[in-house]
Amino acid sequence: MGIRFLHKTLKNPTVLASGILGNSKDILERVHENGCGLVTLKSIGPEPRDGHNNPTVIDLGCGLINAVGLPSPGYLNMENEWAELEHRNFPIIASVYGGSVDEYRRVAEYVSSKKPDFIEINISCPNSEQHGMIFGINRDSSRAVVSAVKKAVSVPLIVKLTPQAPDIADIAKACEDAGADAICAINTVGPGMVIDIESGKPILAFKKGGLSGPMIKPIAVRCVFDIYKAVSIPIIGLGGITTGEDAIEMVMAGATLVGIGTAVRYRGIDVFQKIADEMDAWLSERNLSLADIKGAAHGEG
Amino acid sequence: MMTKPVMDQKPLMLRVTENKREAPDYATLFFDHSLAFRPGQFVMVWIPGLDEKPYTISHHNPDRFGITIEAKGIFSRKAIALTKGDLVGIRGPFGNGFDIRPGQVVAVVAGGCGMAPLATLVEQLPGDTTLIHGARSKDFLLFPDRFALPREICTDDGSLGHKGLVTDLLERRITNGSPLDMVYACGPEIMMYKVFQLCETRGIPCQVSLERYMRCGFGVCGACVCGKQVVCKDGPVFGSETLREMKDFNTRALLKSGREVDLSLYFSWRCR
Repeated sequence: MGIRFLHKTLKNPTVLASGILGNSKDILERVHENGCGLVTLKSIGPEPRDGHNNPTVIDLGCGLINAVGLPSPGYLNMENEWAELEHRNFPIIASVYGGSVDEYRRVAEYVSSKKPDFIEINISCPNSEQHGMIFGINRDSSRAVVSAVKKAVSVPLIVKLTPQAPDIADIAKACEDAGADAICAINTVGPGMVIDIESGKPILAFKKGGLSGPMIKPIAVRCVFDIYKAVSIPIIGLGGITTGEDAIEMVMAGATLVGIGTAVRYRGIDVFQKIADEMDAWLSERNLSLADIKGAAHGEG
Repeated sequence: MMTKPVMDQKPLMLRVTENKREAPDYATLFFDHSLAFRPGQFVMVWIPGLDEKPYTISHHNPDRFGITIEAKGIFSRKAIALTKGDLVGIRGPFGNGFDIRPGQVVAVVAGGCGMAPLATLVEQLPGDTTLIHGARSKDFLLFPDRFALPREICTDDGSLGHKGLVTDLLERRITNGSPLDMVYACGPEIMMYKVFQLCETRGIPCQVSLERYMRCGFGVCGACVCGKQVVCKDGPVFGSETLREMKDFNTRALLKSGREVDLSLYFSWRCR
């Protein structure tokens, strides 16, 4: 099931979502060996950042709530990792975040010099120059960060969108117009909160956190459906994909590739191969290809 | 109460039923709760409003369990000061635990509070067991009267037993005793590495229990990766075959930020 995505051919359409495993070349290689078509390195920020205290990730049974808080060594403190990744035999996405347009540009420019196969910018971060307003909920700030980064990088640019946007398709279109090569949707839903009723305290140390996993899948499918109508660049669809059937549904909404994250919790690190095989089996039983079903939900009637 | 439609794994809120001071800087918190558990597994311990950290189970009965804590940093100092009735959240148990085979001739090698995860193992081992225990000094020897079997003791200062390292005693045991089928070890990583090396040269399989900074506890966040292994999910116990391939064993670890550093820097940060 080799699949073309921008300038690369991937062994299958599964993508490791950012923020899952992703912390070193060794573990990314293991994810690749477990059937993942394209792996994402954990988000890289402008400064060293510890993230939040624990609890940071809680299993709610129907998915996870997390407030890990974007830990990062900082883009200038990863020389060992880059040196190891230079000798990789698998494609990677380097995920980047910032607190201002200039931080995104600066980090992305440096990361681009390390030659990842793709750069993804996570625009779900608060904009320190605009009272913490999240970049990705507004057309203008989304366009500003995408166009600044696009000029600074020499590899294809993926923009990861937040479902917090009132009209995610409108944001996707603004990103496409600003030069994005692909869209990744969706980031976690929320924020939400879980309170322990014995202590009366929110369980997450940061109190609020993003939701992922099966509980958000219908939102993710709807977002990808809306984005597919609005743009002509490819979409990495993710949010709650746990089985091959979930992945097929996401492709029918319009995704070219399917992101997998929380499902590692429920099906293990080899979930990528399992989902790719299940997709293959579903398609071959019906004598169909991925291309046949992509965007199928948009048909007439 | 209605049955929950889905099984969550939010912290199970338990009250401390006893705080037992074990040694200077060591205390065991007991909880009256039945916990399904294998020796070597761990739980995430949440003190509401403070933080959540991984601890192994050091005492286990059908209706009671205990965790033994060494006061090192902000969290552990608060934890050993908890008293009866204080509320703590428990997630888990997580991880694989030790692989126990019936009828084997084994040695168990503990360094300092590395005795905590090994204690329930020692109680479950059915066969011929040699227990080797190292500590800073005789006052820091954990669970001195707990086991029926004798233990071979060494201390850094010579205040009890052999003055020197656990590997001295293990080497003597290998040379003079009946052949060992397995060596189990937990303690400082350098100690476990030396045990592993000694076992390798003598052709004895071993299992060691590793520690890394953890967040989720179930193998998704990646904070605790060590080589190709996810310590919270694939470990924390790793056998010789995995250790041979694990290039971060006794060399590198990730800080909370994800920054990769030498192990010495990691441990000086962890003990703050």
